[in-house]
Amino acid sequence: MENDLFVSRYARRKRNDALFRVAVFVPAALVVGILTLIIAQVVVHGAAAMNVSFFFQQQKPFGEAGGGIAQAIVGTLMVLLIATAIALPLSLLASLYLYEKRGRRGAGLLSGSVNTLQGIPSIVIGVVVYSWVVVPMKTFSALSGGIALAIVMLPLMTSMIKESLDLVPASYLEAALALGVPRWRAIVEIVIPAAGAGILEGTGLGIARAAGETAPLMFTAFGNPFLSLNPAGPVSALPLVIYEYIKSPYDDWHQKAWGAALILVLFVLALNLAIGARKKR
Amino acid sequence: MNDKKFNALLGAAAVVIVSIFAGFVVTLVVQSLPAAKQEGVAFLYGSTWNPVTTKFGALPFIAGTVMTSALSLLLAVPLSLSAGILMGEYLRAGWMRSVLNTLINVLASIPSVVFGLWGIEVVIPLVRTLATLVGAPPYGAGILAASLVLAIMIIPYMSSMTREALLNVPAGLREGAFALGLTKHEVVTGIALPFAKKSIFAGLLLSLGRALGETMAVTMLIGNATRIPNSLFSLGNTLASVIASQFNEASSDVHRSAMMALALILLIITMLAGWFGRSVMRKGMSSYGK
Repeated sequence: MENDLFVSRYARRKRNDALFRVAVFVPAALVVGILTLIIAQVVVHGAAAMNVSFFFQQQKPFGEAGGGIAQAIVGTLMVLLIATAIALPLSLLASLYLYEKRGRRGAGLLSGSVNTLQGIPSIVIGVVVYSWVVVPMKTFSALSGGIALAIVMLPLMTSMIKESLDLVPASYLEAALALGVPRWRAIVEIVIPAAGAGILEGTGLGIARAAGETAPLMFTAFGNPFLSLNPAGPVSALPLVIYEYIKSPYDDWHQKAWGAALILVLFVLALNLAIGARKKR
Repeated sequence: MNDKKFNALLGAAAVVIVSIFAGFVVTLVVQSLPAAKQEGVAFLYGSTWNPVTTKFGALPFIAGTVMTSALSLLLAVPLSLSAGILMGEYLRAGWMRSVLNTLINVLASIPSVVFGLWGIEVVIPLVRTLATLVGAPPYGAGILAASLVLAIMIIPYMSSMTREALLNVPAGLREGAFALGLTKHEVVTGIALPFAKKSIFAGLLLSLGRALGETMAVTMLIGNATRIPNSLFSLGNTLASVIASQFNEASSDVHRSAMMALALILLIITMLAGWFGRSVMRKGMSSYGK
């Protein structure tokens, strides 16, 4: 009798285990299905828009077929370049500050600010940079877009670079100091090169993160139907054309929106995968 | 260059970053003043947002933000928990694990505007069909469409946090439980999940922060109507989406100031979600051995 009870309880536990397995696998399979579908659709729709003129020609006037999104590719590269030029030195110095002053009150304040900046919605960055840069300059500009994206990149890059500095063995710095090298030179010539790969990875991830941001650019870089290399004037960007084209009534522009999305996704993925591959080695 | 100058340089960078953060708060407060003066506290609960009569109340957008965030979390939590448990407990090695990890990482890096694009082409027609079936207005766009896509966007994030939380469960606990003859189900629900629950909850809060502030996909899918949504199928706006859709067309200084005030509200609630999430996370990590 008691044995029967044990057997039936065991059977119940086995059954619950099997049910739980199903309850985990089925929703997870649904997730995998949806995620695969999204990627497949971006690739299929995007590939249909690809041709040589898509990359090398500017946008044609409203409703006219043909043309490309060269203005957006150039614009995205431009704002990313400006953003990196601002964010890289700033985040490198800030992470060195965190590395040098760890445990001090200033470091706590800085890392608190970095963490909080990381969570600020990108649209808020857009409106603030609008009133910091666009209003005084009285024009939308690539420069203001670059500043907005630099603020997007800063927190991520600072924490990534700080992590890679922490991975440099303390004995490197100590050995240099023991040889009589001034502290700043030991940091510049020993610690930073030793953390070089990590600094590069952090920069790559910062760029990947900023490349897809739309909201900070809407009120700063603004968008421009023409190719422009003027940092003091409005420029287009890939996320901006996706947003603008899909709202338009033209099928040709819808297709171009998918094409722009595919280019953007491939760019971001390539950066992420390159960094992932480096890390594994 | 000497040590003193070098330290001054580092200090300057630190000051710049801290002032960027402080500057955000100051700028938004100062810029919201005209709207705050005009509307007073009623700005927070006023239900009319009319740029023409310059009457501004934030309630429709607060309601829209709460509805979309809550609904998307409701949809995303069970799916993310399953995916996280699958990755953290069932597929701890092998090719399926790497496929799933890669997929989740790829999805986490896809820009929000691309999710919006996908939502317009796929989710809106789907919701429109559903709305016709149940007799709701067949807009397609609206609270439900925005929440569905928002849920999909936070799944990669939340499920990888769940996976990390489960992988941090000490192997000894799990092995001990198996040695006592517990089934996988009992080990996961009785040992691993209780151990990891604080970190998982922190992941939920951080995901909430993302959902609250998510802009582009929501702007493209929610229909941009400035009224309080009364059903899943109504059009609406969130704090973020109304700024995205109206800021460049602001019709008056008060209108722009009112949107700065919305940005301030958004900043405050996402900051609170982030701080709370990080503090729960720290507690979750240090709880073992106490």
